[in-house]
Amino acid sequence: MEIKTVGVAGTLESSDIQIMISAGQNGIEVDLDSEVAKSYGDQIKKVITETLNKFGITNAKVKATDKGALDCVIAARTLAAAQRATETTDQPRLEVLQ
Amino acid sequence: MENKVKRNLPDDLMTKMNLKPFESVEIGNPEVKRVAPKVQVTTGESKVVDSLEDVIKKTLKDGMTISFHHHFRNGDFAFNKVMNLIIKMGYQNLTLAPSSLTGVMNDTVIEAIKRGVITNITSSGMRGSLGDFVSHGGLENPVIFRSHGNRARSIEEGEIKIDVAFLGVPNADPAGNANGQEGDAVFGSLGYALIDAQYADKVVLLTDNIVDYPNTPASIKQTQVDYVVQVDQIGDADKIGSGATRFTKDPKELKIAQTVNQVITNSPYYKQGFSFQTGSGGAALAVTRYLRESMLKDGIKASFALGGITKPTTDLLEEGLVKKIMDVQDFDKGAAASMAQNKNQQEIDASWYADPHNKGAVVNNLDVAILSALQIDTNFNVNVMTGSDGVIRGAIGGHQDAAAAKMTIITAPLVRGRNATVVPEVETVVTPGDSIDVLVTERGIAINPRRKDLIAAFAKVPELNIVDIKELQEMAQKQVGIPKPLEYTDRVVALIQYRDGTIIDTIKQVKD
Repeated sequence: MEIKTVGVAGTLESSDIQIMISAGQNGIEVDLDSEVAKSYGDQIKKVITETLNKFGITNAKVKATDKGALDCVIAARTLAAAQRATETTDQPRLEVLQ
Repeated sequence: MENKVKRNLPDDLMTKMNLKPFESVEIGNPEVKRVAPKVQVTTGESKVVDSLEDVIKKTLKDGMTISFHHHFRNGDFAFNKVMNLIIKMGYQNLTLAPSSLTGVMNDTVIEAIKRGVITNITSSGMRGSLGDFVSHGGLENPVIFRSHGNRARSIEEGEIKIDVAFLGVPNADPAGNANGQEGDAVFGSLGYALIDAQYADKVVLLTDNIVDYPNTPASIKQTQVDYVVQVDQIGDADKIGSGATRFTKDPKELKIAQTVNQVITNSPYYKQGFSFQTGSGGAALAVTRYLRESMLKDGIKASFALGGITKPTTDLLEEGLVKKIMDVQDFDKGAAASMAQNKNQQEIDASWYADPHNKGAVVNNLDVAILSALQIDTNFNVNVMTGSDGVIRGAIGGHQDAAAAKMTIITAPLVRGRNATVVPEVETVVTPGDSIDVLVTERGIAINPRRKDLIAAFAKVPELNIVDIKELQEMAQKQVGIPKPLEYTDRVVALIQYRDGTIIDTIKQVKD
């Protein structure tokens, strides 16, 4: 999938995560800012990368600002940001979350 | 060596500091000896001085132990006034032994450590930038964390020898009679400071309000005081405690509070003349509200409420639902103001409150204690000291002490954000599981298997959802996942004492 613009989803509220996706060339590069980075940083990056791969994005820059979100929230925000970045919001790909 | 809660303690440090590993929550009947302070005899005619610097010069030497109280909390002006002067005057190698450290003191303490002014600390707790600094190895010698009862015990038995106590008060007469109840910056009970006034070799009061002799009620007495220093302002009334108490609207906290009330009212302790300690915090305040309704409905009155006191508790006193309040500190303005109005709101010192080496402390007479937790593990051990990142961000307070109650209830949500509260093993053991009886979460209650009597009593209550604590832990883990274990260096930055002075756990320097 081609990234056409910067896609943002999510808020900075507690238990949410804000994902910003823009074009990149070196695989999925995640810049993560999280209060639970020590305990869950690897897991958060894994969920973002897997969700993007499943969606069909293999190269992207991701800025993730996490406020303690659970995996299901991380995947959903990543998908929303990806659909916005690829300008495909008119074709929801909810199966990516399964 | 390993102690009874399976914590590995560094042998070299234990030997060097002559420390014993934690054994049991049973204190037994040891015979102990108390120490007495040196007294510089005076008729007490000219204790009032203007120059704090002169007083420090006369009383303080390098290597001594100094103390403060934390009753002003974040409205404290006394600590920084004194410490900044001590730093400026170039003192070295002091031990800081306050009743606790609040956020407003953090910058000054860090500065003093960096300059070698403070080289040892014992406290109930620390938070924010200071906790971070110590957890990252900023202080060479390990901090010793003690509960309020244990601090009283340590002072009485000479393990903490206070050379000079600097005690801020909202009023004092020229001879040093003082209380916490009148003036611009009132905080109510002087409970923690009373031990310092009784046992320090030199007692220096700081106040912005010198009143006529004799000042009563005299919580601190002229017989204990060496100097009274007049300062411009001793504290910021607005930052001492929260103003109007607001009840939580958080449905999770309300559910927990409701369940705690069901646990209390269905326990064998809920009868005419029972006693309780609730503490502060959203759920605890809501418990008081639900408990009030039940007590009115059932016609039950409590003999006393203990602890850190809040306005909802003093309201119960005024309503006649609680006969006495045994008050070691006041958490809000309402409770602080109430002390001056109500003769049944008795000021108690930290020893009377909770010292385990005593001829009975009030916690020994307590039926129900409601306490919080940062983490609780499947052995019911509680952590109130380190966060999920392993960094110091809490205080023992009276946690270990109040857990001496006949029924100790821990309230905690199953998870906080992405951090599980009910865990396989707590980062730091502060209060041993043997003194915890019931855990109340929004997803059910767990009863310590030791308490077969409570299991039998609560099994008959259909509203109570009794769950194995391991099940609660698994529920939490299912929500948040399995965290990567935290990494620490081998260096011990803090020791956690149990209330009898034995070592229950250590805190290591975090790796970043």
